[in-house]
Amino acid sequence: MQIKEIYDKMDYGAAPESSLEAHSWLEKHNYNFGNFINGKWKSCKDHFDTINPSNNKVLARVGQSSQADIDSAVKAARTAQKKWSAESDHKRARVLYAIARLLQKNSRLFAVLETLDNGKPIRESRDIDIPLAQRHFYYHAGMAQLMKAELPNRSPIGVCGQIIPWNFPLLMLSWKIAPAIAMGNAVVLKPAEYTSLTALLFAELCISAGVPKGLINIVTGDGKVGEMIVNHKDINKIAFTGSTEVGKLIREKTAGSGKSLTLELGGKSPFVVFDDADLDSAIEGVVDAIWFNQGQVCCAGSRLLVHEAIAEKFYKKLKARMKTLRLGNPLDKSIDMGAIIDKKQHEKISRMVSQSNGKVYQADIPLPEEGCFFSPTLITDLHTADPLMQEEIFGPVLVSTTFRTPSEAIELSNNTTFGLAASIWSENINLCLELAPKIKAGVVWINGTNMFDAAAGFGGLKQSGFGREGGWEGLLAYSKSKKHSPAIIKGKPVKKQISRVDHIDRTAKLYIGGKQCRPDSGYSQTVFDYKGKPVTQVPLSNRKDIRNAVEAMNSAKSWSHSTAHLRAQILYYLAENLSARTVEFTNNLQLLTGRADAQIEVEASIQRLFFYAAWSDKFDGSARSVPLKAIALVMNEAIGNCGVICDDRYPLLGFISAMAPLFATGNRSIIIPSEPFSPIVTDFYQVLDTSDVPPGTVNILTGRHTDLALELASHMDIESVWSFSTSDVSRDIEKASVSNLKRTWVSNGEKRDWYNEESQGIQFLTNSIENKTIWIPYGE
Amino acid sequence: MNDNLIKRNDGSELDVDWVMSQTANTSAIERRATTLGARRSIKKDHQAAWLLRAISCIDLTTLSGDDTEGRVRRLCAKGIRPIRPDLTRALGITNLHVGAVCVYHEMIETAITALGNSGIPVAAVSTGFPAGLSPLSTRLLEINESVAAGAKEIDIVISRRHVLTQNWQELFNEVKAFRSACGQAHLKTILATGELGSLRNVARASMVCMMAGADFIKTSTGKENVNATLATSIVMVRAIRDYYEQTGFKVGYKPAGGISKAKDALVYLSLIKEELGTDWVDASLFRFGASSLLGDIERQLEHYITGSYSANYRHPLG
Repeated sequence: MQIKEIYDKMDYGAAPESSLEAHSWLEKHNYNFGNFINGKWKSCKDHFDTINPSNNKVLARVGQSSQADIDSAVKAARTAQKKWSAESDHKRARVLYAIARLLQKNSRLFAVLETLDNGKPIRESRDIDIPLAQRHFYYHAGMAQLMKAELPNRSPIGVCGQIIPWNFPLLMLSWKIAPAIAMGNAVVLKPAEYTSLTALLFAELCISAGVPKGLINIVTGDGKVGEMIVNHKDINKIAFTGSTEVGKLIREKTAGSGKSLTLELGGKSPFVVFDDADLDSAIEGVVDAIWFNQGQVCCAGSRLLVHEAIAEKFYKKLKARMKTLRLGNPLDKSIDMGAIIDKKQHEKISRMVSQSNGKVYQADIPLPEEGCFFSPTLITDLHTADPLMQEEIFGPVLVSTTFRTPSEAIELSNNTTFGLAASIWSENINLCLELAPKIKAGVVWINGTNMFDAAAGFGGLKQSGFGREGGWEGLLAYSKSKKHSPAIIKGKPVKKQISRVDHIDRTAKLYIGGKQCRPDSGYSQTVFDYKGKPVTQVPLSNRKDIRNAVEAMNSAKSWSHSTAHLRAQILYYLAENLSARTVEFTNNLQLLTGRADAQIEVEASIQRLFFYAAWSDKFDGSARSVPLKAIALVMNEAIGNCGVICDDRYPLLGFISAMAPLFATGNRSIIIPSEPFSPIVTDFYQVLDTSDVPPGTVNILTGRHTDLALELASHMDIESVWSFSTSDVSRDIEKASVSNLKRTWVSNGEKRDWYNEESQGIQFLTNSIENKTIWIPYGE
Repeated sequence: MNDNLIKRNDGSELDVDWVMSQTANTSAIERRATTLGARRSIKKDHQAAWLLRAISCIDLTTLSGDDTEGRVRRLCAKGIRPIRPDLTRALGITNLHVGAVCVYHEMIETAITALGNSGIPVAAVSTGFPAGLSPLSTRLLEINESVAAGAKEIDIVISRRHVLTQNWQELFNEVKAFRSACGQAHLKTILATGELGSLRNVARASMVCMMAGADFIKTSTGKENVNATLATSIVMVRAIRDYYEQTGFKVGYKPAGGISKAKDALVYLSLIKEELGTDWVDASLFRFGASSLLGDIERQLEHYITGSYSANYRHPLG
C-alpha cells in the first residue's frame, strides 16, 4: 500500500513478531521430542502432533509417554529428591535463581514458542505469561533461601506429580515447579497435550541452570499419562490445574492413598459493576477479564453482573468497545485476541452459545479465514436459571444479568458451584470492602481484574478446587509438618476405686442448634466402660440429624462475621466453666476409659481452650508486597460449615482440639465425638449452654463413625470434613468429598498424640480457614 | 481533512449533575495507559504514514519570553515545510504541513505574514497565559485583539481555582465568555491538568469547558510541573466521547507538553483511534502541542527511507 493511502485511512498494518528463532529451535530437535527424564532426553515409542491453532499447521511431534517412562521419571525423581532435600537452603535458592535468570535471558524465545503452540497473542505471552513465570522463580528462590529460618517445622513432601493445563503452559509450570523445588521436593510434570513445547524448552533450560538430574522431569502425553501419574504408588503429592470434571476424578482416584492433593479448577467468576463505578474503566476491565487469552482463563470474569440502573448504558459501551477488538495472527503485536486452543474446544463454545436463550451479540469484526478463531461474544438478558449462567464456557463469551442492591449482587455472585475469583467495580471503597469478604471466592479484585503475583496466593473455594499457589500459603501445598516422635501417655487402668454416685439415669441426647434433641432414628447404642460394663446409652444419629444440624449451622452464618474478640471471650468462658467441673470430668473420664491420665486430659483441654482463645484474635491475615500500585490483602476467612469425626481414644481432648480452632476462626461445626466414650462429650453440653456459645455454631451428634463419616462427606452444604477417627473412614471421606469438592483433612489411620504440640496450633488453624486474596489497587 | 463536515460545538446548558457524575478511577486508568503502547504496534509503511499524520497534527509552538520575529519566521518556515523535500518525495506525500503555529499575541502578525498562503492557521495563547489570573476584562480584550490580529485559533487558560473550589458556574461563565469573544476563531481551552489535583477534576473541567462551547480541550500550558500524560489523555478523550454521545458535537483534543518522541506520538494517535475512532485522528480534531516532537519524527522517517539511523543536524532546525 502507498504511504499516502495509509495516511488517508489511518488503519493498522501487520506487525508480526518473528518466529525464526523458535522455528530453528524446533528444527534443532528435528521437530521431534521425547521426554526429559533424569536430566536427559529420552525418546518415546509413540508420538502425536502438536499444532499451531492459528493456522492449523503441525509444529512438531511430541512423545506419548508409556508406563515405563513414568516409572523411570518417578524413580529418577525419588533418587534426586533425597539428595536435593539434604542440600542447603542457599544451594536450592541458587538453582531457582539461575532458572529465573535464564528465563529472563531467553524470554522472547519462550514467548514466541508459547504463542505458536497455544495461539495466545504475543502481547500476552511476552508481557504477562513469561514475566510472571520469571517472577515466580525469583520469589521462590527467596522462599528456598528462607525455608529453615522461617518454616522450621516444615519438611518436603517428596515426589510431586504435577499436571498442568494448556491455557498458560509455562506460567502454570512455574506455579507448580518453583514452590515444589524451593521446598525440597522433586517433580514429574506433565504439560497439556496441546501445549508441550515451552515445557520442553524449559527442560533444556534446566540443564544450563544446573538443576540436578532427576529433580525436574518433564513427561508428555495425553490424559492417560496424567492417570499414570495420579495412580503412581511412589508419588507423594498430586498438583493439578484443569477442569473441575478431571479434578473430581483425581480426588476419587487418590482417595485413601495418603497422597496430598491440590486442585486448581474451573470457575464462573462474577464481574460486578455498580452504578457509581468508572464505567469506561470497568469496560476495559471486562476486556481484560473475558477476552484475555480468548477467555480460556479459569478465573475469567465470565459472569457480568450489572447494576440494573446502568445496565443498558453499560451494554451499549461494551458493544461499542467490542467493535475495536482485533482478532488475528497471534504473533501480530496489535492483536487483542488470538486463536482458540483446538477445534474441539471451538466446537464446544459454538455449541454452548448456539443453545443460549439470551440475546447474543457478536461485534462485526473481521475474523481470519484460517485457524481456530471465535468472535468475542456478549450474551445479555440471561437469568440465573440459564445453563450458561452456571456452566463454565472457557471461551470468549461473557454472560450477563442485572442486580438491584449490594446484597443481591452478593447473592448472585455466590449463586454458583464455583468460587475462584471475583471482580468488584465501584468508586465507593466502603461498598467494595463490604462485598469482598462476602463473595465466596479465593481471589477478589477491586476495580481491577486478572492481577497476579507470586507473593499473593491464588486458588479457589467450592468446586474451583483447593490449595493456594503463591505466597506463604502456597508453600503449605509443597511441605508437610515435621512429625514429632510419638509420646502418647499410656493410660493404665486406675487402681484407686472411684465411688460411683448413684445417679438418676441420665439421658444423653444430640446437641443441635443450641438445643438437646432426640435422634431421628429413635435408636441408641450402649456405651461400656473400659471393664466392659455398660454405662449408659447414647443416641445413634443418622443423615437426617446431620441435615438438621446443617440447617442449624446455616442459621448461624453470622457467626463467621463475628468479631475475633467475641470468639476469644467465649472460648475463655468455656475454659472457665470446664475448669469449674474438673473433678466431675476427671472422674467420668477415669470411669469410662480407666486411664491414669484423665486429669491430665481435662487440664490439657482447658489449656487448649485458652490456647485457641489466645489465637482467635491473633491469627491474622497479612498484606503482601506486590509489584503494582496495589495492596494485596491475604485474609484468613472461616471455611463455613465443617464436620469433624473425633479420635476415639481421647474423648475430651480430641473433641476440644478440633472444636476450638474451628470455633476460634468463625466456623460452624458438627462434631461426631469419640464413639466408645461419647458420654464425656454429651456431658459437655451443659458447659456449652452456660458459656454463651451461640446456637448452631457447635453441634454434636453421637453415633457410628463409619456411617456418619460418609454422610458428612457427601452433604453438599458442608465445606470441610476432618477425621481423626480410629475407624478406617479416611478413604470414604475423601471419596465422598467429591460431591462438592469439600476440603478434607484425614488421619489415614495414623494415631495422633493429643498432648503433643503438633496437636495444637498452626496446622489446625490453617485447616480451619480459607485464604482469600483481596487486591486493592489505589491512586488518585 | 474533514473540517467542513464537523459541526462546530455550540455548547449546551451547564448540567452540574452530569459534571459531577464524571468518575475516573486513577489506578485502572494508569493500567490502561501503561499497556496501551504494547497493545498496538505500528511498524514500517504504517509507521511512516502515521508519523506523517502526526506531523499534520502538530501545533508547532514557541512560547518563550525571548521570542523574536526572526525566531517566529524560522518556526513558520519549518511549519510550511516540516520535512526535507527529498523525504517527502520518497514518501510520496504532497502538501504536508503542520496543523498550526502557536505563538503569543505579539507574534501573530509576524506568523501570519510568514505563513502566507500556506493554509496554516495561527493559534495564539491568550487570557493571561499561562496563569490566567489577570482581570477578566483584559483577558477578554486579549482574545478580541488576537482575533482582530488574525489568529484563527485561541488557546485560553481556564481559572484553575474554579475547578479546585468546584465553582462550575463561574468556570462555565468564563469559558462561555471566551467563546463568545472568539467569534469565528476556534476556542481551545487549556485545563492545566497538572494543577487540577485529580483525574476526576480533569474529567469534570473537560465537561464544563465543552458545555461552554470549547472547540478543543487541551491539557497544559507546557509550564506546569506535569504536562500531558497518557492517563490524563484517557480521561479527557473519554469525556469528549461522552459529550459527543450526548450532544452529537465532536470536540477536539490537544495534549501539550512533554511529547517529544515519535514513538509517543504513535501511542497517542492509537489512543485517539481506539477511544474516539479514526475520524478524530485528524488535525481538525486532534493536535499535538509540541516543539521538539517534529525533530524526532524527521529522524525516524529518514531511517524508514534509508534504513540507517539519522542525526539531528541532517534536518533543518525549526
